[in-house]
Amino acid sequence: MKTLVCIKQVPGTTEVKVDDNGNLIRSGIDAKMNPYDLYAIETALKIRETQGGEISVMTMGPPQAKEVIREAYMMGLDNGFLLTDRRFAGADVLATSYTLAQGAYKAGEFDLIICGKQTTDGDTAQVGPEMAEYLNIPHVANVKKIVACKEKSIVLELEMPTTIQTVEVTYPCLITVEKGIFQPRLPSYRLKKKTKYQEITEFTLDDFKDKNEKRYGLSGSPTQVEQIFPPEQNTTSERWDGQHLGERLYNELVELKFIYKNK
Amino acid sequence: MAKIVVNQKNIDDIDEAIKLCPFGAIEWNEDDRQVQISAACKMCMICVNKGPEGAFELEEDEVFIDKSLWKGVSVYVDHDNGEIHPVTYELIGKARELADKINHPVFAVFIGSDIKDKADELLHYGVDEVFVYDDEAFKDFRVMPYTAAFADFIEKVSPSAVLVGATTLGRSLAPRVAARFKTGLTADCTILDIKENTDLVQIRPAFGGNIMAQICTPKHRPQFATVRYKIMNAPERMDEPQGEITYCSIPENISSQVNVLSTKEKEVEEDIADAEVIVVAGRAIKKEEDLKMVHELAKELGGKVAVTRPLIEAGWGDPKTQIGLSGRTVRPKLIITCGVSGSVQFKAGMTNSEYIFAINKDANAPIFQVAHYGIVGDVYDVIPELLAKIKQSEEVTA
Ligand SMILES: Cc1cc2nc3c(=O)[nH]c(=O)nc-3n(C[C@H](O)[C@H](O)[C@H](O)COP(=O)(O)OP(=O)(O)OC[C@H]3O[C@@H](n4cnc5c(N)ncnc54)[C@H](O)[C@@H]3O)c2cc1C
Ligand SMILES: Nc1ncnc2c1ncn2[C@@H]1O[C@H](COP(=O)(O)O)[C@@H](O)[C@H]1O
Repeated sequence: MKTLVCIKQVPGTTEVKVDDNGNLIRSGIDAKMNPYDLYAIETALKIRETQGGEISVMTMGPPQAKEVIREAYMMGLDNGFLLTDRRFAGADVLATSYTLAQGAYKAGEFDLIICGKQTTDGDTAQVGPEMAEYLNIPHVANVKKIVACKEKSIVLELEMPTTIQTVEVTYPCLITVEKGIFQPRLPSYRLKKKTKYQEITEFTLDDFKDKNEKRYGLSGSPTQVEQIFPPEQNTTSERWDGQHLGERLYNELVELKFIYKNK
Repeated sequence: MAKIVVNQKNIDDIDEAIKLCPFGAIEWNEDDRQVQISAACKMCMICVNKGPEGAFELEEDEVFIDKSLWKGVSVYVDHDNGEIHPVTYELIGKARELADKINHPVFAVFIGSDIKDKADELLHYGVDEVFVYDDEAFKDFRVMPYTAAFADFIEKVSPSAVLVGATTLGRSLAPRVAARFKTGLTADCTILDIKENTDLVQIRPAFGGNIMAQICTPKHRPQFATVRYKIMNAPERMDEPQGEITYCSIPENISSQVNVLSTKEKEVEEDIADAEVIVVAGRAIKKEEDLKMVHELAKELGGKVAVTRPLIEAGWGDPKTQIGLSGRTVRPKLIITCGVSGSVQFKAGMTNSEYIFAINKDANAPIFQVAHYGIVGDVYDVIPELLAKIKQSEEVTA
């Protein structure tokens, strides 16, 4: 069984603001592993416990993103791949997925690819499904439970809008896992020492089969951020007193669509 | 558009090359004595990626898009066994508004099994044409067959923009289809507008929610956006249906490696952290039986009840429903606190809520510092009056 886990390094804080000139200010430069990806790693480890095999981990990011691969090694993953190149910068969902798919082709053949549910910075939950499309394999999103792992397939429970589905998927396939599927283990000190010098394989655009720069980074991104601005503040905090406050509250809740008038 | 070119000299083993394609689109042409790609090509890129170095190459024209060839604002009909999810109507309302600005039609694409009669309902909400893919293969949601039908719709209709509800299903399906057309997708838009040149203006919170970003897809079509439930307004249902229904033939090759074994109803979740609406009872509640009105209010709003620590200690609530420093952190769309003072420990767990309504009879209560709506009044007056208004409106529309 060969498994690939995709992880991302995200800013350690979500305290981001816009200054008067419309530029992003990030307070603090600390970075950490996307918390949702810890569940993807734990899922892979749980599957390895019963099925054996090897788990690789891959991230696209700047050179310092190596840190999250080190952390994954400390949790017990086997091989690490870092996709790093200036030409990957500014990638939107499509370009990110394409880069990850190219990286996956380069890194080997995988039976199962596991992604986190979403990232705390991109926050789209779209990279997994788009990557699966590029790899031409099926995907199952919002997996909340691994029911059984078989030689050629995996049985999963997934979250649908109003129901829970149990499905069986044959390999190769990609899954995105919900937070809480398993409790992620902590990095181990023993593994930290053991993997301190373990190699991390780096790929740049030149290592990929598709070397067309137009498909990566900003130039490979169909969506463009035109501008950023602070959200409308709810500083218009209102103060009500007097009579008929219940009725006023009712009207306001209807206005805000928390009460559906004709339900 | 883009095509795959075959560089014959880089192919050593012709049989191996032909086997690369899962759709059988790589063929040997006996007349020209060369390998070629037939119309069965799905642009899946497997030959480009897995084939011999340099043998199959993607050749793209300089991206120039004739936007006038892409017409219509489309909505994906989100449903569960034919039961249409209300986000669909909200998106139709938005689609109509956008389409009217640029003089485009509104389309809906409805993929499912045994849904023919359900499609009629959509015509009461302002759709010009509903494209229905009705087949046994779409009985349960499986991403590959649904993607195939969705892709067929896009090829047939060439819509300018496609709106999909950001349900668990929509968030799985939309990226798949967007990637198939190598186009942009913006998740969880909170504001949508459209420019004269048909570029969709997509606004969403970014970087963790403190900042809004305005995003466009200027050089690609269709433009995909997902929107959460309860963000847009659903139009009023019209008595007379308008528009037409088109039944589409089912694309071939809709097999799937996914097998649905069973489907069960979701259990009601107990965790208040996931609730979109929370009503909190504080120490203003004098007797345990008075909690009834709080529960009733939560039920009417489709939300959950939480209590402050003193009430937990009194045994009036489940410890799992405590909000605050030593309880849960919540971030619902709506939180109504009923007689809560707003201690630092309590506020630590809820200040990020989207709308904070606080009812407290003490005008100086610290909860008012974080409330968007500070209601200075007695919970024993305000809540019963509110409940009475809700009941009254239900009777009118029933
Ligand atoms: C380390 C630590 C951790 C803690 N963690 C938590 C925690 O996680 N969660 C938590 O909730 N608490 C926590 N507490 C306790 C916290 O400090 C407060 O004691 C508690 O939140 C107060 O609850 P309350 O607002 O319901 O009650 P009170 O502080 O007694 O407030 C009651 C309010 O109701 C108003 N009121 C009374 N009657 C009416 C009426 N008829 N109509 C309208 N308003 C009325 C009053 O004006 C008053 O403001 C913690 C404390 C410590 C020390
Ligand atoms: N740069 C990246 N490198 C590796 N994996 C990523 C990257 N971006 C996103 N992913 C994966 O895709 C998932 C969803 O991310 P997102 O679509 O940004 O919410 C994450 O949980 C990761 O598993």
